[in-house]
Amino acid sequence: MKYNSVFDIIGPVMVGPSSSHTAGAARIGLTARNLFGKQPTWAKIYLYGSFAKTYQGHGTDFALAGGLLGFETDDTRMSKALEIAKENNLEITFTEDSAKTEHPNTVRLLIGDDQEQLEIVGISIGGGKVEITELNGFELRLSGNHPAILIMHNDRFGAIASVTKILAKHEINIGHMEVNRKDVGKEALMVIEVDQNIEDKILHELKDADHIIQITKIVS
Amino acid sequence: MFRTVAELVEIAERENLLISEIMIRQEMDVKNKTREEVFAEMEKNLQVMEKAIEDSLKGVQSVTGLTGGDAVKIQTYMREKKPLSGHLMLDAVSKAMGTNEVNAAMGVICATPTAGSAGCVPGTLFAVKEQLNPTREQMIRYLFTAGAFGLVVANNAFISGAAGGCQAEVGSAGAMAAAAIVEMAGGTPQQSAEAFAITLKNMLGLVCDPVAGLVEVPCVKRNAAGSSLAIVSADLALAGVTSRIPCDEVIGAMYRIGKQMPSSLRETGEGGLADTPTGRFLKEKIFGMSV
Repeated sequence: MKYNSVFDIIGPVMVGPSSSHTAGAARIGLTARNLFGKQPTWAKIYLYGSFAKTYQGHGTDFALAGGLLGFETDDTRMSKALEIAKENNLEITFTEDSAKTEHPNTVRLLIGDDQEQLEIVGISIGGGKVEITELNGFELRLSGNHPAILIMHNDRFGAIASVTKILAKHEINIGHMEVNRKDVGKEALMVIEVDQNIEDKILHELKDADHIIQITKIVS
Repeated sequence: MFRTVAELVEIAERENLLISEIMIRQEMDVKNKTREEVFAEMEKNLQVMEKAIEDSLKGVQSVTGLTGGDAVKIQTYMREKKPLSGHLMLDAVSKAMGTNEVNAAMGVICATPTAGSAGCVPGTLFAVKEQLNPTREQMIRYLFTAGAFGLVVANNAFISGAAGGCQAEVGSAGAMAAAAIVEMAGGTPQQSAEAFAITLKNMLGLVCDPVAGLVEVPCVKRNAAGSSLAIVSADLALAGVTSRIPCDEVIGAMYRIGKQMPSSLRETGEGGLADTPTGRFLKEKIFGMSV
């Protein structure tokens, strides 16, 4: 089920005016920042559907900026986030895209600094709840209901086994798992939803496993 | 885990529990938390709601000037005149609108289930409170009951205007409030379901047509509709009136109607009130562009 907590419905505590266009947008921005692992210096943001039509009225623009700056939904600096982004050398552009998307509230973020970049697509499904549907060109379904580990790896035999072996050793149960690759033998992405938050010690161990390129964890 | 209102009511009757209690136990189970932790988290939300209502009664104004100050006007009218719709009703309406005035002014609110519809649940709670004199625990339970019904709608239909129109937002919010009022007033779980169904039935088809795409016009006053209808529906259910169409089927109808709504009437600011001469004029005035 998409919504599994009463606090998805009674909540979040947030700065107005819209749970999907403001709070949800802030959460997508924050997830992008967390996946990037640091504050980006630039962001190119593409808005679709209702997001594209109403983003100024709903404050979707400053909310996305707030998320990229690390603000939670109830941060009262939210409405000033565009100015704060400028002060913090984060350059943001917004583009309204008329392409049809599956969900009316869809946003694509391309963020980066002078070294690396990251691309994610997020949807705001209502009441502040969001899903990440794409990461660096890989399709995924990340509900945010559980902690998760995202693992970029080389598409080789043994890569998945080396990861699951480490998780088993630490008695970590996998609730949901999916693997996607761009092409045979190329970059691939493992998404593993687990029941408890993963300690950094285990992340380091995973990072050193065979064929692993990059690891990110998402705390639910 | 309950998936439908019928299941929720069935569990409540079989185990002889309040709907709020079923929601609390499920939350403890899903999030692996203690009762104290779950209660404390909801208490925080309740405090945010209380604060937003207090702030609104001091008078707020949105940046655009489109909304604000009506909650104060209504409270003054209530003190000075004899309101036709009665004190409790108008108190709920003013507190619901007040919450949304704070939201429109980019103040801090608690989404229930969304920000645009955030007035219905707290507005009714803090009005009904004056007559029912609940304990703090019962006030927190009110939010769990509302949340239980909201979860069913969110998982079987939608709660956002962009997905299903205003019927999904204020419709759901008003219906959640109605169900919670019934429990606080001592009604049965089935009566909560009837109140929910009656409210949502009367909200079916309501479109999301915000002027200039802002959560102001008509959103603030739609919360007056949602909160007042919640009180009427709760009274009907407590009087023994039932809905001919079962609650889950009403939710199903809301879903299908939302699916049939064109995108111009789902939070794009393109149709309905947004597309009236005045709606277009206001948009141009605020953003300096025409529709």
